[in-house]
This record gives sequence, structure tokens and C-alpha cells, in this order.
Amino acid sequence: MCTQKPPNDYSKQLYERYKEALDDYIKSVVVPSLKGKHGEFLLRELVGRWKNHKVMVRWLSRFFHYLDRYYVSRKLLLPLNELGQSCFHDLVFKELKTTLTLTLIDMIDAEREGQLIDRALVKDVIDIYVEIGWGSLGLYEGDFEQDFLNSTTDYYSKKAQAWIVEDSCPEYLLKAEECLQKEKERVGHYLHSKTETKLLEDSLLELISRRAEQILNKENSGCRVLLLDGKTEDLSRMCRLFSRVEDGLFQLSKVFKEHVNEEGMSLLKSATDAANSKNERKEIVGALDQDFVRKVIELHDKQQSYVINCFQNNTVFHKAIKEAFEIICNKEVAGCTSAESLATFCDNILRKGGSEKLGDEALEETLEKVVTILTYISDRDLFVEFHRKKLGKRLLFDKSVNDEHERSLLSKLKQYFGGQLTSKMEGMLGDMTRARDQQANFDEYMSQITESNPRVDFSVTVLTAGRWPTYKSSNINLPSEMIKCVEAFKNYYDSKEKCKKLSWLYSMGNCNIVAKFDTKPIELIVTTYQAALLLLFNGADRLSYSEIVTQLNLPDDDALRLLHSLSCAKYKILNKEPLNRTISPNDIFLFNHKFTDKMRRIKVPLPPTDEKKKVVEDVNKDRRFSIDAAIVRIMKSRKVMGHQQLVVECVEQLSRMFKPDVKLIKRRIEDLISREYLERDLETTNSYRYLA
Amino acid sequence: MRRSSKKSSSSAPAGQTKAVSKEVERIDQLFYTYADSSSGMVDPEGIETLCSHLEVPHTDVRILMLAWKMGCEKQGYITLDEWRSGLKTLRADSISKLKKAFPEMVQEVTRPSNFQDFYPFAFRYCLTEDKKKCIEIPVACELLNLVLSLQFRPQVDKLMDYLKYQNDYKVINMDQWMGFLRFCNEIIFPSLDNYDPDQAWPLILDNFVEWLRANKN
Repeated sequence: MCTQKPPNDYSKQLYERYKEALDDYIKSVVVPSLKGKHGEFLLRELVGRWKNHKVMVRWLSRFFHYLDRYYVSRKLLLPLNELGQSCFHDLVFKELKTTLTLTLIDMIDAEREGQLIDRALVKDVIDIYVEIGWGSLGLYEGDFEQDFLNSTTDYYSKKAQAWIVEDSCPEYLLKAEECLQKEKERVGHYLHSKTETKLLEDSLLELISRRAEQILNKENSGCRVLLLDGKTEDLSRMCRLFSRVEDGLFQLSKVFKEHVNEEGMSLLKSATDAANSKNERKEIVGALDQDFVRKVIELHDKQQSYVINCFQNNTVFHKAIKEAFEIICNKEVAGCTSAESLATFCDNILRKGGSEKLGDEALEETLEKVVTILTYISDRDLFVEFHRKKLGKRLLFDKSVNDEHERSLLSKLKQYFGGQLTSKMEGMLGDMTRARDQQANFDEYMSQITESNPRVDFSVTVLTAGRWPTYKSSNINLPSEMIKCVEAFKNYYDSKEKCKKLSWLYSMGNCNIVAKFDTKPIELIVTTYQAALLLLFNGADRLSYSEIVTQLNLPDDDALRLLHSLSCAKYKILNKEPLNRTISPNDIFLFNHKFTDKMRRIKVPLPPTDEKKKVVEDVNKDRRFSIDAAIVRIMKSRKVMGHQQLVVECVEQLSRMFKPDVKLIKRRIEDLISREYLERDLETTNSYRYLA
Repeated sequence: MRRSSKKSSSSAPAGQTKAVSKEVERIDQLFYTYADSSSGMVDPEGIETLCSHLEVPHTDVRILMLAWKMGCEKQGYITLDEWRSGLKTLRADSISKLKKAFPEMVQEVTRPSNFQDFYPFAFRYCLTEDKKKCIEIPVACELLNLVLSLQFRPQVDKLMDYLKYQNDYKVINMDQWMGFLRFCNEIIFPSLDNYDPDQAWPLILDNFVEWLRANKN
């Protein structure tokens, strides 16, 4: 019928009859069977009819395959298969699709509410949408998916509204996470996979995005409460959910940052309050600022663990911590800058008999934490100076727990902040090692000389000037026994190092001296100055203040401190007339024969002078030099530079060490102008020119 | 940069008219009436006499302007060369002519291009010893008053108050001195709206503006 030439070519009629046949069948059989059915029955019937239709069309198309091959392709008509489907579509599907969609959505909502539905049925119906669209998803998306997504949005909007009021924040999040999981499974069971992203997005939008504020700030259970209570699981869930929505993490990080800020501020406040109420004794105030340091470290650890364990180690949260701690760590507490407090803290850890007794591993960990806190402090040079001074004392009085730990801290500082800060201190440690080695040689030397051997155990530590802090020492008159020791070492040293000059710092020495009291002899551990003073009493039982000062050649402020430590403090080695707690130039001192203690060996401490002011002065002086050097360096390379730019670069170059005050930089620029290193540029306003 | 107004003394070139050489003679003669015979210069006493003849107080700004016109290097002293060049430019060879020349001289100095040169001259003129680069605060205040108050009375008043009040600086250097002029010329007063401390103003002016703003009430 089809291969003959026209007018005997019946292809067209055949094509049309084919369509008619199908149409007829549909009209007469399929449509009536679907009429009057509702809900699931309708769906089932439809699925059945569609299956039949597909079979029919397939077979029919095979019969008339010849049409497909020639007529259809020549006339650019729909292939028979698709023609068949389009019949079904036009006559059946088009009419029913709204009802179908609604029914499907009802079923899905029912499942959401927990009812069991016929998943296979739903899948079959949805497959129709896909198949009838000839493989493209146009129908699926247009007729089903859009409505489905809208209804999903409605559904979750209602649910969210209810839940957010009734449930606590963690409960809400739990429910939200479950819903999302179920929706994902739903896609697997009967929806087209392409729907997944859109479905989850829309659900998240309703559940999380739109309610983000309420979730985070829920009273009694919101984000802040969870942070305070340490609810890591809930926080992790929160982070997981919020990370899936736009700006979610940012909002979460804002709340986190507020939290850290507030915690920090309350720490500061309680420390300051405590300091103000107890502003008398220095020891208590000292303990307060140490307490503060410990609490800051604790707070930091806690917040860090949140970020690592709950907040996916995300940089936004690390940044929040950094910004909050930079504020907390740069405020003064109990009259001490954080730099000083931190240095005292290190001293306590690293010193023998310090207030913190830690095992090796714990010590290393703590040192690591100290360095982390230091990254938030802007006055690092101040910390280093305090640390250097305290290190000096530890080394010279043999108070350091362990050389290894000292070096470890220095290498950590070097790693983070560069070698400039640590080179002097490394030199100090080097000096100590060398001194120990030297001592062995010196002992051998001493054993060989017989006449001038003072027969006193004696050791000397040689320090390289410039690496150590400057120590005050005066030319006190040492007792003859000590003079012999000094002479012996001088001879030894001069013979070994011809070109080096020694200056003696007696004020930094210490001495073990046995005092024969009535009851029993006791070994006293004292400073060299104290020992020299006590040895005066070998020659006289009674000495007046002025006699002591003259015989020792002591400056007055030293004399006051020394005599106080020996006669008015815990151990009264000397008796004083008159019997009171202050030293006056008219006092008389006597050796206290009756002194005794249950120990055989006691340390008579000499309280140190307050060096805080000097440290701050020294640091300020160094800063002026550093700023000058930075300005000259920058101007030398740039020749001409605008004021603001110069300031910005200067601050940057110095930022590792400290944060320079902008006014100070201006002052140094003016100073350099008057010293003719720079001049104001005449051509460009607000600029400077380097003067070679 | 100094405006060089010194001309080396030279004898009148041949062909110079008689009138001119007469003028030079009169100028020189006038010089010698005030000059100290041993030093060959007009000294502070001589200047005072000159001022009384001119009927101008010797602390008047016009004397300072005259010194600028003459290119005087040392405060309180006038050399023959300086005298000659000054009076020649002013076309004065007698006291009365000199006096008459004053109003025009004031106008000339106040012209911005000349004032830019006169102003630092005033500072340098007040430097007393060699190598000294600063003047004390009280002297600076007086000088400000003398030199700027005609044009910038309100600024000068406030500035003088501040300089006496503050104690960050005990002396003023040339850079700060020039800054004062720039401030008066560029900054709207008394609102100070266009003053930006982040620019390269000398720190003393930053502090001055801060003080002004704090004491507005």
C-alpha cells in the first residue's frame, strides 16, 4: 500500500488511520474507564491503561514500520511510537494531569505525616510523566515538579512555623535534619533524580534560611546557650545544616563571635573587679593577673575545640576567634599589660618551685598555648623584654626547670615571629652552657694552684655583654675570703682570654654560708651581698647602720633592702635595735645567736626591686629606634612617598614586634625631617622626599 | 631658600648718570649716620634711632619687612650692602622718602608670592646663634602675632593660646613654622571641617586642632 506511486500511495491515509484507530480506542475504552475514578483508584487505572497503551503502540508501530522508515522521515512527521504516545497524552493525560498531580502530592504529604503509601504506584505514575514527555523532562517539570516543589515549600513553611515556637533549638534542628534525610530518600524511591537538588534546596530554605535568626537566637536553647553548655553534638548538627544554605555559616559565625567576645569581656570584667576590690597587697594582685592568663588560655582552648570539632575547622570561625581574642588580649588587667602577665606566667611554669608544676608533656603543650596567645598580643616586644629579664634571673640563680624547655619556647617564638626577637636570649642560653664547661676547666686550675687557693667552693658565670639585660652592681667591699676567689678567677681568665675585659656583677651572685647559732649551725642560702653583710659580724657582735654602710661601701637603697631581709622578714638572722619593722639610719644590728629553725638549711630571700618601669622605658626607647630605622629604610627605597602610605608601610613592617602609635610615627618623621634625613616634597602635597 | 638680594658692592660703572651716583652717595651718607663707627654696621642702638626717626616702633612688623627688603642676615644688624640694596629698591635716599615708601612696601610683602618668602625669613631672622634651628615658644608667639595677625587674627589668637598652654614642645622649628602658615591658608576657620590629621600636618597642629575641638563648648 505504501510502496506504490501516487495516487496509489496510501501512506498518508494509513498514517491518519493509524492515529484515528488509536484515538478511537482511547476514546471508547480508556477514557470511560478512567471517568468517575478518584484518588488512588484513578492512578491505578491510569497506570494500567498506560501500560496497555504502550504495548499496543509498540506492536502497531512494528506492523507499520515501513511508514516510519519512509513516509514519516520524508514528511518530517512524528514517528509512530511518538504519535501513539501523543494520542494518549492529548486525550487522556492532558485532561487528568492536574488531578493526577494533586493526588500525588496528597499522597506524598500523607507519607510525610507518617502514613504508609503505595510507593510503587507513585513511582509508576511519575514515570508516565517522564515517558510521555518523550524522554525530555518538560512535562515532568512543568506539570508535576513545579507544583510538587511549591507544595513542599508550603508544607515545610507550616511545619517550621509550628516547630520553631514549640521546640527547643536542638530539637528543631534534629527534626530538620530528619526531614531532609527523608526527602532525600523520597527522591530515591519514586521521584526523578533531577529533583533532588531543587527539593533539598527548597526544604532547606524553609527550614533553615527563613528561620535562621529565630533558630540561632532561640531563648534558652539558641546557639549561645549551646555554646555555653558545651553541647557539641547539637552544635555540629547546626553547623552541618547551616553550611548547606547561603550565608548560613556566616550568620552562625557572627553569633559565635559575639559569644567569644562576651565571654572574653566578662573575664576581663571579673578580673578588673577583683583587682579593684583588693587593691592592696602586691602578691594578691599578682595572683589575679596570673589567674586571668590561665582563664584566657582555657577560654581559647574551649573555643578552638568548638571550631575544630563542631564547626568543621572553618576559617570563618577561626577568624571570629582571632578578632575576639585580639581585643581581649590587649587590655590591661590588674595594672599589668597582658605582655607582662604572660611573661610572668611563663616564668612560673619554667621556674623550679614555680606556682605551676607541670610534667614535661604538659609543659610543652602549655608553652605552645602561650605562643598562640602571644599571636593575639600586639606588644610582642614588651613580652620579649620581660621574658628576657626573667630568663636572666632564672638562669643566674639556677632556677630554670630545664634548659630543653627554655630552648623549646625560644624556637617556637622564632618560628612564629622571626629570629630578631629571640637572638639575644639564645645567646644567654649559650653563655650558660659555655660557663658550665668553663667551670670544669677552672676547677682543675684551682686544684693545681696551692697557695692562692681560697679553699672555698666557687664558681663564676661569664656573660657576654649585650645579650643579657643590664644589671646594676656596685663596688662593694667583699670579705677577704671572697676577694681571694675573685683574684684566682681573674688570673685564670686573663691567662686564657687575653683581650676580654671582665666587669663583676656581685649583686647577681649567691652564696651558701654556714651560721653557727647557739642551738645548731644552719646553712643559709643568701645573695652575695647578704653574705658579705653577715660576714662583717665575724669581726664584731654589734654594728650600726652607718658602720655597715661604710665597711661595705653600700648605696643606701641596697642597704635598706638587705638589712630588712635579714632582720625584719621571716627569718631574723640579725636583731635590730629598736625593735620595729623599718630600717632607719640610726639602727643598731646584732647577730642573733638564739636564732633557730627546724630545717638545717634555709633560704633567706631578698625581694627584688620593681623593674617594670625600666622595662617599659627600654622598650619605648627601642621602639623609637625601630620606627626611625623603618622610615628611613622605606624612604630610601621609594625616594618619594605620600604620608598615609608611609605610615601604613611602617606599621606593616613593624607589626611583628609591636603596633606603633600613628602619632608616634608622625613625631619620628618630624624628627627625621629636622635631622635632614627627609624633607617635605614641594611638588606633591602630603609627601616626603628622601634626602641622600 | 633665601631670596638673594645681595649685590656685591661695586664702584659706579662708567657712564652712570650723575643723578644716580648722587643717590648712592646720599644712601651711603644716611647709612653712616646710624652705623657704629668701629663695626661699620648699624647695630641695635642704631636701629632704634632709625626707628624713632621713622616714627615706627622698633617692634613693628614694618621694620621686619624692611629687614627682608634689605636681606638682613643677622637680627639687629645692618651691613652697608644690605642697606644699599634695600634703600635702592625702595627708591629712598632720605628718611622722609623711606617713610613714604612704607605703605607700598607693606602691600608688596603681603602679596602671596612675596609673603611665601617673607614668612620663613622672619623665622630665620629670629634664630639667635649659629647652628640653632628652633625658636622658643614665647618668641614664636610674638613673631606669629607680628607677622600673621593682620591676615589671620582669629587663628593667631587661638594658636598663641594653645602654644602657651601645651607642654609637648618647648621650641618651634622651621617645619612647624611653615605648617602654621599652611594651616592659616588652607583650613577653614573656625569650623576646621577640612582638617585631616591623617595627612602630613605637623603633629603640633594635630594636637592644636584636637584641643580646639575639645574646647569648643
